[in-house]
Amino acid sequence: MSILGTRVLRTEDPGFLTTGAVYTEDVQDERLAGACYVHFVRSTVAHARIGGIDTSAAKDAPGVVAVYTGEDLAAAGIAPVRPMMPNMNQQMLQPLLATDTVRFVGEPVAAVVTEEMYQGEDAIELVDVDYDILPAVATMHQAVSGERGLLFPAAETNVVCTYGDASAASPDLFAGCDVVVSQVIQNQRVAPAPMESRSGAAAWGEDGRLTAWIPNQGAQGTKGALMGMLGLKPDQVRVITPDVGGAFGAKFGADSEHAVICWIAKQLGRPARWSETRNENLLVMPHGRAQEQKITIGGTKDGTVLAYRLEILQDCGAYPKAGAFLPSLTRLMTPGPYNIPRAESFSTSVATNTTPVGAYRGAGRPEAAAAIDRAMDLFADAAGADPAEVRRKNLLPKFTEPHKTAFGAVYDSGDYVTALEKALAAAGYDGLLAEQAKRRENGDTLQLGIGLSSYVEITGPGGEAGGPNENSTVEVHPDGTATILTGTSPHGQGHQTVWAMLASEELGIPIEKITVKWGDTDLVPRGGGTGGSRSLQLGGAAVQQASRELLDVARERAAATLEASPADLVFDTAASAFTVKGDPDVAVPLSSLAESERLFVHTVFTAPGPTFPFGSHVAVVEVDIETGKVFLRRLVTVDDAGTVMNPLLAEGQRHGGIAQGAAQAFLEEVVFDDDGNALTATFADYPFASATELPSFELVNMETPTSYNPLGAKGIGEAGSIGSTPAVQNAVIDAVSYLGVTHIDMPTSPQRVWRAIRAANGSAANGSKEA
Amino acid sequence: MEVKLTVNGTTRSDEVEPRLLLIHYLREVCGLRAANVGCDTTSCGACTVLVDGESVKSCTVLAVQASGRSVTTAEGLVAEDGTMSAVQQAFRENHGLQCGFCTPGMVMAATSLLAENPDPTEQEVREGLEGNFCRCTGYHNIVRAVLAAAGKLSGAEASSEVNA
Repeated sequence: MSILGTRVLRTEDPGFLTTGAVYTEDVQDERLAGACYVHFVRSTVAHARIGGIDTSAAKDAPGVVAVYTGEDLAAAGIAPVRPMMPNMNQQMLQPLLATDTVRFVGEPVAAVVTEEMYQGEDAIELVDVDYDILPAVATMHQAVSGERGLLFPAAETNVVCTYGDASAASPDLFAGCDVVVSQVIQNQRVAPAPMESRSGAAAWGEDGRLTAWIPNQGAQGTKGALMGMLGLKPDQVRVITPDVGGAFGAKFGADSEHAVICWIAKQLGRPARWSETRNENLLVMPHGRAQEQKITIGGTKDGTVLAYRLEILQDCGAYPKAGAFLPSLTRLMTPGPYNIPRAESFSTSVATNTTPVGAYRGAGRPEAAAAIDRAMDLFADAAGADPAEVRRKNLLPKFTEPHKTAFGAVYDSGDYVTALEKALAAAGYDGLLAEQAKRRENGDTLQLGIGLSSYVEITGPGGEAGGPNENSTVEVHPDGTATILTGTSPHGQGHQTVWAMLASEELGIPIEKITVKWGDTDLVPRGGGTGGSRSLQLGGAAVQQASRELLDVARERAAATLEASPADLVFDTAASAFTVKGDPDVAVPLSSLAESERLFVHTVFTAPGPTFPFGSHVAVVEVDIETGKVFLRRLVTVDDAGTVMNPLLAEGQRHGGIAQGAAQAFLEEVVFDDDGNALTATFADYPFASATELPSFELVNMETPTSYNPLGAKGIGEAGSIGSTPAVQNAVIDAVSYLGVTHIDMPTSPQRVWRAIRAANGSAANGSKEA
Repeated sequence: MEVKLTVNGTTRSDEVEPRLLLIHYLREVCGLRAANVGCDTTSCGACTVLVDGESVKSCTVLAVQASGRSVTTAEGLVAEDGTMSAVQQAFRENHGLQCGFCTPGMVMAATSLLAENPDPTEQEVREGLEGNFCRCTGYHNIVRAVLAAAGKLSGAEASSEVNA
């Protein structure tokens, strides 16, 4: 029986559950003996010129080893970081430590180095920074208008980059449409908030090489980022990835602080460690989403959509990072799974005096899904049609040959209508509608809302060299064990288990005897890491390919041993041995073929393109129309990611994504005040979803294999977060639509829901309140 | 100041800074690094340990406040022969952890919850774990794990895992 497709328990877990995983802060290594601790002095204002920095009192404080500012870095020739892509305004430079200007609350201004951990917290309070306050560009509209000035005067604009030519918008896009609806909607800023905040440790060896322990999503990219910031050559840097306590897109590459602690370790000739507080994490780790969208949708009264326009304003925060690029992915996925004859999309990314924006679970695609599925409901409402019927009518029909959209995406395979029907059936859609009608008729305080989404997303778009590829090395040892090296970088996904399953399936070696290694750039010099839901379809496929190629090598050796033709050999997986056809008594164990010469294969798997997982979600909420409070009652989801290798882990990925996506819809939001002060910079203020706010999820299975890799697998890491956000938001609006509400921005907090009811002049709400 | 207490069954005494937090005492002085620091507002519960059998967020307790008491961490739930506790085992069998950062705290909170209420409903489990954040699992499998540890999942429901 194949191990693939079975619910194998994670081999990672016993350690994680008993001694705990070894995160960067936990690392005990002789190279880090005698390490000093680094704490950062951070800007308390959103936008200011720095008049001066007085470090004298801090330098005199107990235990302080050194205090460094941006001047010290500049004197050492450390240059500011350029925007990540050439299409972004290249004048928008980020110094590792602020020099003349601070641009967001939390920006690092100075680094204080102490002998002991607690001493740094005391000493940073003694650094006196003289801020000459400038107007804060607190919103995207202020950035566009320029009314509060520019973040980077040399850039002569707050616009970082644009995608699509807005001047080429078709004036006739909505010609022939009986029904046209337009709405400005917010895809609000949220915090990735992995449970492990950012940290790092750095040590320089006597050989002049840097070893850096950094929680990351791809050590090779992290190494590249450190090299870029510090001006180092590849052979001077080794990145080691300890266990990583969640990332969600926010731990790719390396941040200023990582480079600074590496630089400090060099200056002082002793190792340095740093771990940020949650407060710092919520202020500084790049946030996600942060788009304002204008959606316009048109079609005929029978519910057929003819045209759709998506206009995007993307908040990049103070320095252009991945956030500036996100709208290009949103644009790519503009039409989602729908067959829309005419669609166009444009975006503008702007800088504001807020925390920089980066990738967060889904990274650009949830924003597209939220827009098109909100648009579908607005259209259904205006056309007087059932949202499920409008989706049925406009979804692309099932296809098995790749389908190319007007935006250049090539969907590999899809069966969107079936996904919708399965979700509706599992949810009991008709029964829910009946229950909703009953509550409306009764004038109940708790009204029922049903929300749908049909999504398609893109996973596994790229590898290290830009194409969809990943490498792996598989080695079989004489003692019957095996080692896998992978360019992916798990941080909760369970690659240690699944990569071993894939090799075990081919080699007949039990998973307990297979070690999986990643994240050490000396051991695995190349790799694209884990993100964009790429790992299984590229990294897993590479493990399978390497295992198969290893058997080819082994077969030649076995043939020589047995003095037989390779073609006459059979590999008996159950015994992990080669036998000669027709003579099962003569067997050569695979491991024995590694005795005289190492038996390993390094390979690169390249896919023809990214894959496009899809699904449908049905959310059921109750809304208290007197208080506006939303109770999420059910989430029924179909998430088709092709062939599943380990259902236990695939379900876990779906659960996590569904929860994060739902939390965006009705709970979470990063808020800044008019001066750019963060109002949600602790877990006491940021409404991180807890167990009481979420239901158990109802997962429906559907597997439509892709032909783009031999596993038939697509990505599953982000799907949940893409489908659940619009489903929950649509459900909340649906619950109060009978009162005349057509839209409520996310998160659908009690305040927003209550106000929407009031604004719609909902007499039912007022009536019941007075009753 | 001197702190004298029992940690995972072993009595020990140490000279500590008065402001040293219990979590840092456990991690840096005792070398028990399963419990983690996840926030600075006593919100997330990654640092949860048992003090005299009750779950406590050790980031909000001074080490000296634990003097004279008995502290149990996730390391201390493991039997001498290495067998995990029923709660730890249930977390594994139900995939109740992914990145693992919240896990030791979550396991301690669940252990305390079941000690107080051995027969909880799903809602009671959710309320009991409200002070422990997880970003990976959406709580679905954590809740299942706790119900399983309480013997509340039927055989078919509990698991159909294949151990290779």
